[in-house]
Amino acid sequence: MTAAKETNAEKEKKMVKRIKIDVDKCNGCRACEVICSSFHAIPKYSGNNPARSRIRVIREPLSDIYVPVYAGEYAPAECAGRDKYIIDGKEYEECAFCRASCPSRDEFKEPDSGLPLKCDMCEGEDEPLCVKWCLNDALVYEETEEEADAAKDKPEDLDIGLESLAAKHGMRKIMDAVARMQIKE
Amino acid sequence: MRHAETGFNLEIDLTRGNIEKVATDPEETGDYLGGLGTNAKILWDRVPPEVEPFSPDNLLIFAAGLLCGTPATGCNRTIVSTISPQTRLMAFSMMGGFWAPELKYAGYDKVIIRGQSPDLVYLWIHDDKVEIRDASHLKGKGSIETAEIIRNELKQPKTQVAAIGMAGESRVYFASIEQGRSSASRGGIGAVMGDKGLKAVAVRGTKDINVAQPAEYMDLCNEVLEYIKLREDHPIPGVMPILAGLGSPQEMKVHDEKWHTENFMWGNSRTRRKDFWNDEIASAWTETMENVRTRLISCHNCPMKCGATISMPGLPTYMMKCFSKLTYTMAAMSDLDFGLTIAQRATEYGVDGFSTPQVMAFALELYENGILTDDDFPGMPEDNEGRFYWLLDRIVRREGIGDVLANGTYWAAKEIGNGAEAYAHNNIKKHEQLPLKLSMLNPIYFLMYATGEKMNITQIEGQFPQAPFPKREQREEFVKDWHQVPDEKFKRYFLDWELRGENSIPYYPTPKMSCDIVDWQEMMHYIDDALGMCAGLSSFPLKPPYHIHNYPKFISAGVGIDMDEAKLTKAAKRYRTLIRAINIRRGMRRKDDKPPENHWKKRFPELEAELLDEYYKLKGWNNDGIPTKESLHELGLDYVSEDFIKRGILTDDDDSPPKDASSKTD
Repeated sequence: MTAAKETNAEKEKKMVKRIKIDVDKCNGCRACEVICSSFHAIPKYSGNNPARSRIRVIREPLSDIYVPVYAGEYAPAECAGRDKYIIDGKEYEECAFCRASCPSRDEFKEPDSGLPLKCDMCEGEDEPLCVKWCLNDALVYEETEEEADAAKDKPEDLDIGLESLAAKHGMRKIMDAVARMQIKE
Repeated sequence: MRHAETGFNLEIDLTRGNIEKVATDPEETGDYLGGLGTNAKILWDRVPPEVEPFSPDNLLIFAAGLLCGTPATGCNRTIVSTISPQTRLMAFSMMGGFWAPELKYAGYDKVIIRGQSPDLVYLWIHDDKVEIRDASHLKGKGSIETAEIIRNELKQPKTQVAAIGMAGESRVYFASIEQGRSSASRGGIGAVMGDKGLKAVAVRGTKDINVAQPAEYMDLCNEVLEYIKLREDHPIPGVMPILAGLGSPQEMKVHDEKWHTENFMWGNSRTRRKDFWNDEIASAWTETMENVRTRLISCHNCPMKCGATISMPGLPTYMMKCFSKLTYTMAAMSDLDFGLTIAQRATEYGVDGFSTPQVMAFALELYENGILTDDDFPGMPEDNEGRFYWLLDRIVRREGIGDVLANGTYWAAKEIGNGAEAYAHNNIKKHEQLPLKLSMLNPIYFLMYATGEKMNITQIEGQFPQAPFPKREQREEFVKDWHQVPDEKFKRYFLDWELRGENSIPYYPTPKMSCDIVDWQEMMHYIDDALGMCAGLSSFPLKPPYHIHNYPKFISAGVGIDMDEAKLTKAAKRYRTLIRAINIRRGMRRKDDKPPENHWKKRFPELEAELLDEYYKLKGWNNDGIPTKESLHELGLDYVSEDFIKRGILTDDDDSPPKDASSKTD
């Protein structure tokens, strides 16, 4: 949903979509990964592949760690340091709560191209389908209206994809590839 | 492009270290579906009856069901098939968990293993990259321990691992294949894996699984989810809590064990303790479970929480489900704390939770009765719990008496002699059964026990209530929304079923009705095992979300083959008959189709004979339980009847244990 502009240019009302994640209720079944990748398949529902999912359950059953994480913004570089949380005596590895698709890990990248994935809250559905498919209510959808500073123009999907490709392969290679494709056409 | 299935099997020859990716014939999908069905076809074609269970020529097949890896809720079963060292017949044990979908995502429907590796190895399947890797550092390691080591050394935390423990390495006849969350336990398939020198199969897949008609398929999946929610909100009245909902019996969740502890047998399936359950025990066992159960957990893509992570103080965490909760407790006449503690070690060793406790109780009964003596148990502790640990440690290493017991009660009794056979009293086709001893013969259960080729009651029963409801109003209420029945007549069978009087067991349901009921029950299990669907959402519980009316639609929309109820019923009958044929070719006959002698106190030989006659007729088998030429022809199984005729249909009694059973372990 796009932000609704108000007369006051400085502030705008914004619908914030939120998924509340209750890690205690997660039973680790990964239905969220299945339905996410199925919804985003082209054509829709034509296939599924958790490796393409925009939600991942970080699971370590023997340590009782179950953290569903949504793909957030692409990060071209890794952080200077890594996170490690200890909660109730459980050590959460792998930057467990971080949503970024970044070079430090395999999460949130298309398995074929390495392109970053990002949750879009299942645009067009009543609620994200991972929430609908989580019968244990580990994932609960909320919408709230918040006042926020006017957002800057967001880069379009194409720009995001190209930027990440450029970061991976270098701008020159991308330009060359585009040029080659033009000739073929 | 194939849909739902990948269309490829992996063929692994461990003798030569050869790996091949082989395209499968799409026509076989229509005839045998997949999973168990196509496994049976491969075993028929490639493992003649002369092949010993412990032979490089025996195959060990890991199959992902036909619909595994699609979004169909609860479709996650791995079907492992081979020739069992214990029954010497076809074994097919299933496991849930995450392994089968991962195999599909890696691009394969089955892993077919033949040959024998000279050194212990494991298999690493990572999409198109498949390696046979050294496993010498894993020798003697626990099954869960092994999975963790493999995940760490491959640096692939999402890898799913199916592994054997020490029992499989020692070729214990009731060794399991463990997969952390689940296990394929029955029939000693872990022993075949050990015999092949294969410690584990590790899989990681990142490819797509496609369906033929995306929108239709998704609608079917959503209908199932909606129905699961409905059933969760409306448990079935009048049945015990573990049977009122969906999923496996909810043993990890439900604390009230009055029914199991007072109706199932303790020790070597001998003692019924009618007034066992009281408030004190209830609160002690509840406390035990609540203290060690860290979480209720699911298998791949399933909202049910049939399993649990169990952390006993000072021991590594393990996972459990269903009735293994009580099998060790009751065999050792002990308490829940003991049962959950020894199950940790048993899981790492990789042994079947049904057979193992019974084998140990059997050994101790022989000891109490002087058939085995102190000489057989040097250094065994005095207390019952201590003895169970002592025996378990020896069985999985095949040390001393453990070497004899490792073959299960049937073969052990034969070897021990001296009257020991009478103590191996709870077997069907040489395979240990749930410890149940009842009073009045039940015709439905008689047929299931006698003819179930899985030799395990939980793998054939389901759908139809286990007992009549006392009042007609209750029964009328029950049948109101019973849309799962393949035919309206089943409602009538149930409505007229009474606790007492003319319409009660053993003569009601009549043989004809009993045959119909068992045939339906069995068919649903066989369909599940081909599709990879968990019985807990289909063939086992009352009023499940999957049934004969929506399955054909799932197959049509998922696989893209034209399927309807008649074709599906026929396909299930086809590979069910083929499994019968595999076992007939290995010597099984009517004489083997029988429950344990003492399963019921009140037996009715004439009625039982009539039941078998009727059932064989319905199945298209002759009076000795052999599929007839006509029925084979009808099912397109002429190749079976040709083979039968060529062989004169085996009449030899093939009643000897596999040769060279214990010499390989030292």
